[in-house]
Amino acid sequence: MTRQRLTPAAEPRIGPALTPLARPREEPSPDHPPGGFPSQPFHHLDALWVQVAGTLCNLACTHCFVTCGPHEERHVMMARAEVRARVTEALGLGVKEIYLTGGEPFLHPEIEAIVEDTLALAPVTVLTNGTLLTERRVAWLAALSRAARFSLELRVSLDGTDAATHDAFRGPGAWVRALAGLVALSRAGLLPIATFTQPEGADPLAYTARCVAVLGETGVREPRVKLLPMFRLGREAARSGGYGPGESLAGLPESAFDPQRLQCGRSRAVSSRGVHVCPLLVDEPGGRMSDTLSGSFRPFALSHGACTTCWATGLTCANT
Amino acid sequence: MSPSGTRCERLAVFGGVYSNHLALRSALADISERLERSDTKRLDASGGGAARAWCLGDVNGFGPAPEKSLELLRASGVPTVQGNYDHSLGHALADCACGYTDARDERLAQESYDYTAARVGERSRAWLRSLPAEARIELGGRRVLLCHGSPRRQNEFLWDSACSDAFLSWLCDAHGADLIVCSHTGIHWARALPGGRHVVNCGAIGRPAHDGGTNTWFALLTASAGSIGVEFLPVAYDHEALAREMERELLPREFVETIRTGWWTSCLGNVPARERMRSLVPSA
Repeated sequence: MTRQRLTPAAEPRIGPALTPLARPREEPSPDHPPGGFPSQPFHHLDALWVQVAGTLCNLACTHCFVTCGPHEERHVMMARAEVRARVTEALGLGVKEIYLTGGEPFLHPEIEAIVEDTLALAPVTVLTNGTLLTERRVAWLAALSRAARFSLELRVSLDGTDAATHDAFRGPGAWVRALAGLVALSRAGLLPIATFTQPEGADPLAYTARCVAVLGETGVREPRVKLLPMFRLGREAARSGGYGPGESLAGLPESAFDPQRLQCGRSRAVSSRGVHVCPLLVDEPGGRMSDTLSGSFRPFALSHGACTTCWATGLTCANT
Repeated sequence: MSPSGTRCERLAVFGGVYSNHLALRSALADISERLERSDTKRLDASGGGAARAWCLGDVNGFGPAPEKSLELLRASGVPTVQGNYDHSLGHALADCACGYTDARDERLAQESYDYTAARVGERSRAWLRSLPAEARIELGGRRVLLCHGSPRRQNEFLWDSACSDAFLSWLCDAHGADLIVCSHTGIHWARALPGGRHVVNCGAIGRPAHDGGTNTWFALLTASAGSIGVEFLPVAYDHEALAREMERELLPREFVETIRTGWWTSCLGNVPARERMRSLVPSA
C-alpha cells in the first residue's frame, strides 16, 4: 500500500504568488467572417515557447523555417534574467509547460542555469539539433532529470532515416553527430524524442516504424518518435517557393472550423522581440502580437500559409 | 437522488476499468469492506453515512467481454462519471477518442474499440450516454470536482510530471474546485498545491500502472482536520485468468503482455519522460 499525506508544496522559488484567474471562455464564438480568414480564439496558456537562443545556430539548414544560422542574429539570445521574467509571467497565468528553442539552445552560454531555473518550476522541453551534446553536458542533463520533480524532455531534430537525406538539409556530418547525441542521451538513462520531418505522402504508421527501427539499430533505447510536416517558411520558402496565393484558410466554412484544433489557441512564443502567436511565425508579418503575454491573449486571424499546414495536419508543436 | 452535491468524509475513487471485470470485482469488494468499516451501509450515494465511492469512467476498452464489467458496475450502484470511451460507445462513434498521438497506439486502440463496440448492447449504450461528464461533491467541507480526464476536456492527460503547480492551481480556480480527482492516464499520483488545493489522479483498476506489478490501483481519500489524506491501494486479482480470457478473445497480444508483466507495451506515445523512465534499467 502506498500512503501519502498531502502537504502544501513550497511556493515557486522565483516569481510571484499564483494569481487566481477568471474562468476563461472554453467555447468562444470565433469571429469568422464569410470568405475571410477564420479567427482562432485563445483558450489558455498551456505551453510557453521561449526562443532562448534567438536565431543563432551552429547549423544553417536549407529548410529552417526561422532561417537560423551561425551569423543570424535577427532575434538575439535571451538573457537568463529575461527568460526568468517570462517564465514568471507565464506561471502567473497558469502555464503548464515550457519549451526552450532557438536557434540551437545549447549555444547559449547560460543554458544550464536557464534550464535549472525553469525545471524547478515547470516541465521543460529543450529542442536541439543534437550536435552539441558533449559527454559532460549529457551527464549534467541526466543528473538534472533524475533530481527534478518535472519531466525534462530532450527533442532532437532529424530530417530523414539516413545520413544522405538528413545531411542534404543540415550539412555534412550532421547525421552522425545527431545520432551520437541521441545515443549518448539514451545511454545516460534519458529518453529523448526524435522529431522527424515527415516526407510528403509518407504513411505515418510505416514511416514511424521505420524511424523507430533506425533509432533502435543505432542503440537508442525505447525510441520515441514525433513526426512533423515541412513548413514552407524562412529558408524553406526560398528553397521551395513558399505558399501560393491559393494556399490559405480563407473561406473555410465556420461549420468546418474547430476552435480546439490548433495549438495557437493554447500557446504563445516569446523571443527577444516580444510575444508571438507561435514558434513558427516569429519572423512573419503579424506574428508578433504584444509585449506581454496577457496582451497576446486575443483571437488570431489564421491568414498565413503555414496555418494551412497546421490545419491540414492537426499539427501540434508540443510533445504530444 | 443525484449523487452530485453529496457530502462525505471518506471517498473511494477508481477509474479506467477497461473491461477488467476481475479487477473490478476485487476492487468493489475491497472498497465495500473499507467503507463498511467507515459506517456506510451502501456503496451508492443515496444512503446515509460518511463514505462514498465513485467511478471516474472508461468502463471498457483494452480487456475482454465488455458487458461483464458494465453489468457489475451497474449492479454495484457506484455512481460513475463518463469517460471518453463511455462517450464514444454511448454515441456509437467511430473511435474511442482516447487522444493518442502515436500511429501504432491508434491502431491498437482501434482494434480494441472495434472489438468492444461489437459487444456492447443498446441498454448499456443508453446507460453510458446518460453518465454525467463531471460530478461535484464535498469531502470534509472541500469542493471536489470528479472528472475523467480533466475538468476542461474528457480525454486530456494530466500526468504528474507534465503539469506545473501553476497550471493545476489554475485548473482548480478556473473550475471552482478545492480538489480535482481525475483518471485517464492510468498512472496514479497526487499533488498538494499552494492555497490548500489538491489534484489527485486515481489511476486505473483495469491496467497495471507501468510499474512492473500485476496489481492495479485505486485511491482512498480521507478528510481530517486541515488536510486531505490520500492512500493509493493495490487491487490484486487473477491477472493470469484475465490474460487467458484476452487471448481467447484474440485481443492484441501487446495488451495481454501488459496484464502479465505490469509494463505497458502500447499507449506510451503520450507518456512523459519521467513516467516512461520507470521501465528503464541502467545501461551496462
